[in-house]
Amino acid sequence: MSAEAGRFAPGPIERRKRLVERAAYVCLLLTTAALILPLLGILAYVVVKAWPVLSWSFLVENPKNYMTAGGIWAPLVGTLDVVVLSLAIAAPIGVLAGVYLSEYARENWLTRLVNLAVVNLAGVPSIVHALFGVGVFVLMAGFGRSIAAASCTLAIMTLPVIITSTTEALAAVPFAFREACWNLGASRWQTIRTIVLPNAISGILTGVILQVSRAAGETAPILFTGALFYVAVTDSGVASFFPYGLRDPFMALSYHLFTISTQVTGASDALAYGTAVVLIALVLTVNLVSIVFRVRLRSRRKW
Amino acid sequence: MAAHVVFRNVTVKYGATTALDDISLEVPTHQIFGIIGPANSGKTTLLKCINRTIDFIPNVRITGEVTLDGEDVFRVKNVCDLRRRIGMVFPLPVGLPLSVYDNVAYAPRMAGMRDRAQLDELVERCLRQAALWDEVKDRLRLLGTKLSGGQQQRLTLARALSHRPEILCLNRFSIAVDPVTTSKIEDVLLELKREMTIVVVSNLVQQVHRLADRVAFLNSSRLIEVGPTDVLFSEHPAHQLTFDYVRGHFG
Amino acid sequence: MVPSMGRRKDLRYRFSAFGESAVEWAIRLCGWSAILFVFAIFFFVFREGAPVLFGELDLTEFITSVNWRPDSTIRPQFGILALLAGTASVTALAMAVSVPAGFASAIFISEFCGPKAREALKIIIELLAAIPSVVWGFIGYMVLNPVIIWATGAPIGINILNGGIILALMSVPIIMSVGEDALKAVPDSYREAGLALGASRWQLTTRVLLPAARNGLLAAALLGVGRAVGETMAVLMATGHSVRIPHSVLDPVRTLTATIAAELGETVQGGTHYRVLFVIGSLLMIISLITNLTADLIVRGVKGRHGT
Repeated sequence: MSAEAGRFAPGPIERRKRLVERAAYVCLLLTTAALILPLLGILAYVVVKAWPVLSWSFLVENPKNYMTAGGIWAPLVGTLDVVVLSLAIAAPIGVLAGVYLSEYARENWLTRLVNLAVVNLAGVPSIVHALFGVGVFVLMAGFGRSIAAASCTLAIMTLPVIITSTTEALAAVPFAFREACWNLGASRWQTIRTIVLPNAISGILTGVILQVSRAAGETAPILFTGALFYVAVTDSGVASFFPYGLRDPFMALSYHLFTISTQVTGASDALAYGTAVVLIALVLTVNLVSIVFRVRLRSRRKW
Repeated sequence: MAAHVVFRNVTVKYGATTALDDISLEVPTHQIFGIIGPANSGKTTLLKCINRTIDFIPNVRITGEVTLDGEDVFRVKNVCDLRRRIGMVFPLPVGLPLSVYDNVAYAPRMAGMRDRAQLDELVERCLRQAALWDEVKDRLRLLGTKLSGGQQQRLTLARALSHRPEILCLNRFSIAVDPVTTSKIEDVLLELKREMTIVVVSNLVQQVHRLADRVAFLNSSRLIEVGPTDVLFSEHPAHQLTFDYVRGHFG
Repeated sequence: MVPSMGRRKDLRYRFSAFGESAVEWAIRLCGWSAILFVFAIFFFVFREGAPVLFGELDLTEFITSVNWRPDSTIRPQFGILALLAGTASVTALAMAVSVPAGFASAIFISEFCGPKAREALKIIIELLAAIPSVVWGFIGYMVLNPVIIWATGAPIGINILNGGIILALMSVPIIMSVGEDALKAVPDSYREAGLALGASRWQLTTRVLLPAARNGLLAAALLGVGRAVGETMAVLMATGHSVRIPHSVLDPVRTLTATIAAELGETVQGGTHYRVLFVIGSLLMIISLITNLTADLIVRGVKGRHGT
């Protein structure tokens, strides 16, 4: 017995190896912690500084006194309006375009080029989307700085990613299912409608939901296409939910955060931190929903 | 009810590769027609031409004529109707991600059948014909993808029968399935031959010998020989190649 | 035939066939219009800047001069060298921090931590990646600013250091997740072979996995660079507004992206300043295209090599 233990007992090289291994583990753990913990700490700090201001009335009141008091109702509803409108434009077009690229388009150089363009467009800097939005929607189409122009700009920004997540979700449905349906006399669209889309819908929705959070948080694309420093808006009643007409400029949460922290003097810090907290909470909630969706997708696999 | 499929000088090319080279043959009605040959000899392509699923392959060029009951399949008005006249079973079992009931009811529903009683009766009949009814009759809500491989293959057969085809094509149906299921399906085929024409493509030469009345031998995209089973499997088929293949000397 | 499929079904068939081809046409339309939009962005941005590119803009001055005075009434100058230096310096600092740290975390998550911790960490990283850039800019401007002033004694806290740290924190999630994908893509057979030879996890990582995942890690770094270069709001708020070549990390600078953001609102449509901003936009687009395409090609090469 002791002879066996002696044979497998660690020698000097092995002992040093294990030491290095331990050291590496600790270093990597510390690096990861050093990245994540300060971030969590900063976020906690932001919440703490915002505390005095966070309340229901903060959310539903409009900014007052040249932004030095009041709440964030106008920017909040502006963001919601413009995000909903942009997704209402981008989601149907993007999903159907994804269906086209995945199920109908022939495999040739054009399709490959389109896929390449779509994937790379997702990486274009957001300020370039602002340039496009200004040139095309504000000026050429004559929308002016408005909800319409900003929604269209955001729609173009989110379109490529919706297309890509749709094609990926569709590609995850095994080809054998489609073949089986075709052989049964189902047409292409019938197959897509009854088998392919229903089984890809979770993945598609996850992609769309993620774009909701992205559209809500982006500032650059709406900078010159419609977001304004201040727009007078009603406080109460049903009209306060749709205060902006399609041709009107609007306030937005992300832009409001930018102006209130860099361009407003006399506002309490808490107001700016409060705005930041609401924006972060909005974005994180939407992302959590998409994560929950993804987990549900994984557990409800039908094949 | 049963149809007569005729291939007349059919050549199929995928890009530069030739899959079928000037094939001419006739599939008689109410018989089991076997097709044998080594890998890549064009057997699957031949089946795909009958129900025009060859349309889904990009860059394919087809010359010649394929007729079903005298009608050119490449000129039919409604391809989906054509495909409903032909049943297809594939090498790998496929259960659609629907309930067993919905799997079998899929094709009739796509064709427009809505009546619940009719669908119930149809589902039971097809599952019985496919020798699967006893195993699933209490579990019709079960997801088709959760069945075993052998059950899924019989489910595919039931689906193929659900639209009352005139021809039933089986493409190497037993390669992924256990011997018990294989033998069950072979018994089913011998029964079904009374109602429809059956085409069996197989790499298992003995299986074709068991089942088929008439056999075609394909090699490297060419039709080498076609004739009654006894002749091709005898000591003196028309071609030496046939003799060698059947005896397992190559392929 | 299928029971009850008679002649009277012909009408219903014609309706459904019409409905079906209508849907298929809608799908084709969406497909083509999406393709149109995708290419439109590229062409439009280039087109708006083109007249000036082939006209009044002196390309040598554009690239080599530090004088950015677009609003000068005497002689407008469009030298972007200082802006390029701004973008480059902030990006370089950010990458110097985020690439090693991101890789280290990617290695930790992929090879060293337990499955539950891995799930939790991946969710946290995904949530951190979702934080909007204006919030990061806000953090740089309000939180990091006084910290830098206190820590370094500099007169202002919005400078390269601030922007670099913020950009590093923003790039880390993408480097971590793409890096982790790269490590995961290395086949398990490599790990099994290494373990069978008696390697410890660290030896396995440094001697086998990192070299094997080299391409994917490079792609991760490239994507991080792409993100940093294209970032607008965070650098607008965190790096200051000074247009000159920096001499230390405590100097404020202005990046290419922030310049567009700060000045587009004041330009005259069709004017020279307006068009030059579009030229800068085109430049940014080209940079991001190159980094994305290169990263894509590299990753494609990886897939080929490992035979997956």
